[in-house]
Amino acid sequence: MNTRFSWFNITSIVLGFAFLYVPILLLIIYSFNESKLVTVWGGWSTKWYAGLLDNQALIDAAWVTLRVGLVSATIATILGTLAAIVLARMGRFRGRTLFSGLVFAPLVMPEVITGLSLLLLFVALNFDRGFWTVIIAHATFSMCFAAVVVQSRLLDFDKSVEEAAMDLGATPVKTFFQVTLPIIAPAVISAWLLSFTLSLDDLVIASFTTGPGATTLPIKIYSQVRLGVTPEINAVSTIMIALVAIGVLLASIASKRQAIRQEKETRAVDAGAG
Amino acid sequence: MRRWYVIAPPYLWLLIFFLVPFVIVFKISLSDIATAIPPYIPTLNLSAGWEGIKDFFSQLDFENYAFIFSDPLYIGAYWSSLKIAAIATFLTLLVGYPIAYGMARAPKEWQPTLMMLVILPFWTSFLIRVYAWIGILKKEGLLNLFLMNTGLVSEPLNIMNTTTAVYIGIVYSYLPFMILPLYTSLEKIKPSLIEAAEDLGSPPWKAFWQVTFPLSVPGIVAGCLLVFIPAVGEFVIPDLLGGSETLMIGKTLWSEFFNNRDWPVASAVAVILLIVLVVPIMMFQKMQEKQREAGL
Repeated sequence: MNTRFSWFNITSIVLGFAFLYVPILLLIIYSFNESKLVTVWGGWSTKWYAGLLDNQALIDAAWVTLRVGLVSATIATILGTLAAIVLARMGRFRGRTLFSGLVFAPLVMPEVITGLSLLLLFVALNFDRGFWTVIIAHATFSMCFAAVVVQSRLLDFDKSVEEAAMDLGATPVKTFFQVTLPIIAPAVISAWLLSFTLSLDDLVIASFTTGPGATTLPIKIYSQVRLGVTPEINAVSTIMIALVAIGVLLASIASKRQAIRQEKETRAVDAGAG
Repeated sequence: MRRWYVIAPPYLWLLIFFLVPFVIVFKISLSDIATAIPPYIPTLNLSAGWEGIKDFFSQLDFENYAFIFSDPLYIGAYWSSLKIAAIATFLTLLVGYPIAYGMARAPKEWQPTLMMLVILPFWTSFLIRVYAWIGILKKEGLLNLFLMNTGLVSEPLNIMNTTTAVYIGIVYSYLPFMILPLYTSLEKIKPSLIEAAEDLGSPPWKAFWQVTFPLSVPGIVAGCLLVFIPAVGEFVIPDLLGGSETLMIGKTLWSEFFNNRDWPVASAVAVILLIVLVVPIMMFQKMQEKQREAGL
């Protein structure tokens, strides 16, 4: 499309981004407020952050969340990558329609339904609810997001590279690890990061599937938020926002670097061929 | 077949942890509450053989459904969820379209950065983003503070704990889901098409309605489905921003489960919600499949 900025376009972008970012910025600013009252500015202070270090329940919840996130994101990325390969490369097979339905439905399924149904499964199977049931629940919905991310990359790149490897006698497994995986690696990494943040973020499904001793940070935050806005929650939120922002920034720098490297390589190959 | 080694793990996982649970929800929605906690009546007694299975099915009934349909509270909650979600989806489209349009027309080198800026809030916690609005919207909150100090209003506005707050919450939280598909479809439109319309004497607004807008319909449909379906079952936003005034089915299900501990009724509420959403979900599936085939 057109590549000039008109006044209308600039205004809509600026207003749109203001709407997206001002609430988050206000939350961050008020986490440094000396006063306990949200609307009264009492000067800058980091005392709410210092206070967090004494809040053992919150630190425990943060640890649980982190562990759940690491394990569930890893499971989700492996299963999601397999699902993406099935969708993008396997063509037709018996039960394909059902399979793609199972991959896409969790993306839009209201969380209360997913949460309730998983809980009832765990009860029916007599699973002890806690750490592992939350991991299974998170892996299940995250893998579908991971599948979508990896699938779009798989559909994007030239399949003939894979075919060439197989023509030259590489087994499908070898082709995957030596040809396909390096090409889709950035997508696999962003799938993992997405799964990880989805897990860190989730309140509803975790509330249904958790058990004693596995209180995650969102559950903890939610129980405090219901009592009102406090600077401590602003401080926790700011830390979480900062971590995610740094993660996303690093990931985008890494993928940009790889894109530049790949471009250089192709140019070198082209130059060699020419 | 070797390829089943690849297909089987994700397939089995989704069957066990996504499909089977729905079957269980359906079964429990037909059961009666025994002692407020499992087991429910009836229990499947497989050791009794065929008799046990027959016995099991004869005890299932639609009592919970009859209960839900006889209570105006539940019908009202479904109805107002659909209404709130539909209005909020439309508002998200109104807010999202100009942003996506502006992004698609921004200089090419800016576009990846703008994309990242849209996605970034989506990566930060949903709960935190909804929470941020409490401090803004409440009676002694930042919005009222601002409006009163600038003299725009003399009385503080009552937005918190109303449906308006829920609309704001949904528009805010789901905006990236609307912008991304809109941007994708707007970005694909060739500028030469609009130039051609303008060269042929069409004023810009007419060129927009007759060329750009129709071509962006796939993005509009995708964005609206991505916002509407989860919004119908939304729990966090109506719970934190809507207060007791807003009736939404996600909240009803939650309180049926966590406060009343009536699992069979909660299951029946979930089954009906799923039936209500089955058409939009199928539309979404069809679109995803089509997109994949177009990509091949």
